[in-house]
Amino acid sequence: MDKIFFAELLVSVLIVAGGIFSLVGSFGLIKLKDLMTRLHAPTKATTLGVGSTLLASMVYFLVFESKISMHEILILLFLFLTAPITAHFVAKAYLLRHTDPQKDLPQTQRPHGWSTFDAPPASPTKPPSPKADG
Amino acid sequence: MASPAKPGFFKRYLPHPLLTLTLTVVWMLLLNSLSWGGLVVGLVLGILIPILSSHFWPDRPRLKSLHKFISYALVVMWDIVVANIQVAYLILFRRADKLRSCWISVPLDLKSPEAITLLAGTVTMTPGTVSSDLSADGRALLVHCLDAPDPAAAVAHIKTRYEARLKEIFE
Repeated sequence: MDKIFFAELLVSVLIVAGGIFSLVGSFGLIKLKDLMTRLHAPTKATTLGVGSTLLASMVYFLVFESKISMHEILILLFLFLTAPITAHFVAKAYLLRHTDPQKDLPQTQRPHGWSTFDAPPASPTKPPSPKADG
Repeated sequence: MASPAKPGFFKRYLPHPLLTLTLTVVWMLLLNSLSWGGLVVGLVLGILIPILSSHFWPDRPRLKSLHKFISYALVVMWDIVVANIQVAYLILFRRADKLRSCWISVPLDLKSPEAITLLAGTVTMTPGTVSSDLSADGRALLVHCLDAPDPAAAVAHIKTRYEARLKEIFE
């Protein structure tokens, strides 16, 4: 019942939890029925999967190799930057190929439609440029 | 955090102190060790890159309060953990044809592109929602919900929990 035991326990629990979440995320890809619902599985369940695996790695290096490992934070940061952008582009491609903006989508409640289908206003006061910077 | 009032020196050599800090910290993280040599190289990069790239961000956003930004980050982190568990539960125990997935349109009060980007990213990472498109004038966000019995409540949740906080931070 010492420090090492608890560290080992913590690392094991984190790795197993990470594995379970990654597995559930991949299982969701098979089980869910269309692209948009499938998109939820890799953006959510895998984030925690990768996150807890990285946390396990940090704990391991801190306790057993007695050094502070920081690469994991960068990996997590990169994941948080890229996952929403990938999901956004996959969703836009799906919208363009498989949906009818009049029938399937809610209205914007604005004079302009969704940007996948409509051009931006001719003289914008402030050009909308989301997703341009990470 | 914002550039100090003295214009000349700081404007020219330290145009973006926060970016300088970020670059230095990322450099130290990449090195994965604490050393004075690494810190010096990191600082050189952190000072040179903002000066060289300053023409690319004429209207950079200003954070109103770092304190609020950190508390926002903590709220989002917590929500990501909750989101993961919720979505995992839905995937495992709900029959696929019982999911009430739908599109919702979230009208935006935010105007700054950076704040909208952050909101869209947050929406994608948190409970059962993926941001899919922006209206052509950038004032409404199209969001897909995995399981939303009440679409209006989902809109209200995004607006109160995330957008209100971002508005305090950026505008």
